[in-house]
Amino acid sequence: MSTDADTPDSMTIIAFSGDLDKLWPTMILSSTGAATGMDVTVFFTFWGLFPLVKDDVRITGNDSMTKALAGMNAPGMKKAKLSKLNIGGSGAWMMRKVAEKNNLMPPEDLLDICKDMGVKLWPCQMTMDLMGIEPDQMIDGLGQPVGAATALQAMSKSQINLFI
Amino acid sequence: MTDVNKTVTDVNKTVDAKGMTCPMPVLMTAKGIKEIGEGEVMLVEATDAGARSDIPAWATQTGNELIDSAEDGDVLKFYIRKK
Repeated sequence: MSTDADTPDSMTIIAFSGDLDKLWPTMILSSTGAATGMDVTVFFTFWGLFPLVKDDVRITGNDSMTKALAGMNAPGMKKAKLSKLNIGGSGAWMMRKVAEKNNLMPPEDLLDICKDMGVKLWPCQMTMDLMGIEPDQMIDGLGQPVGAATALQAMSKSQINLFI
Repeated sequence: MTDVNKTVTDVNKTVDAKGMTCPMPVLMTAKGIKEIGEGEVMLVEATDAGARSDIPAWATQTGNELIDSAEDGDVLKFYIRKK
């Protein structure tokens, strides 16, 4: 609990993974942190950047290799795979069905709640350049793309720092 | 009327989070508290067993007062006074 009302507790999550089963805890912890009055920042980098691409963007990349990488990491949160036993998407499908049955919101809905609650969602500029992901291919409501130094600055002020 | 009775019976707002799972009861509680005034009381009803510890944790973290809690069958009830 924060001792000074003017400086709320702070949490920074480095969202490195684009896997469905890792996006879930990222989104649950971010939204809950914001709900408890924390200043929450999520820095999306490497594979974690692909879920921020709009679901209707079929492929990203500016050459054969970046397009191939996007092919292996389907852009868009709704297309996220399971970290294990994805089995061509049926694992992810089953996980989503189980979640729905248990009234657990899908990560893309939790992301919308995060936006409403003022969670800062920072795309990694370097990953965008590396993977050839254009700003107009990404969903609305994100912060300006930033680099490692900005992410570290947020982390240095946070009591809770997670790498997911 | 004693103050204790007042806290339990005079509910200014009820948040129905029954059937919802983590993190929704906490998110709905956070949303609900914005809709009542300082000193007013909100009742949160949940069926998620995790809420048993989550709602008190949320109250501690945000400085709102958990004035009472009860269990009615599967339904967990939390009475929270806005700070």
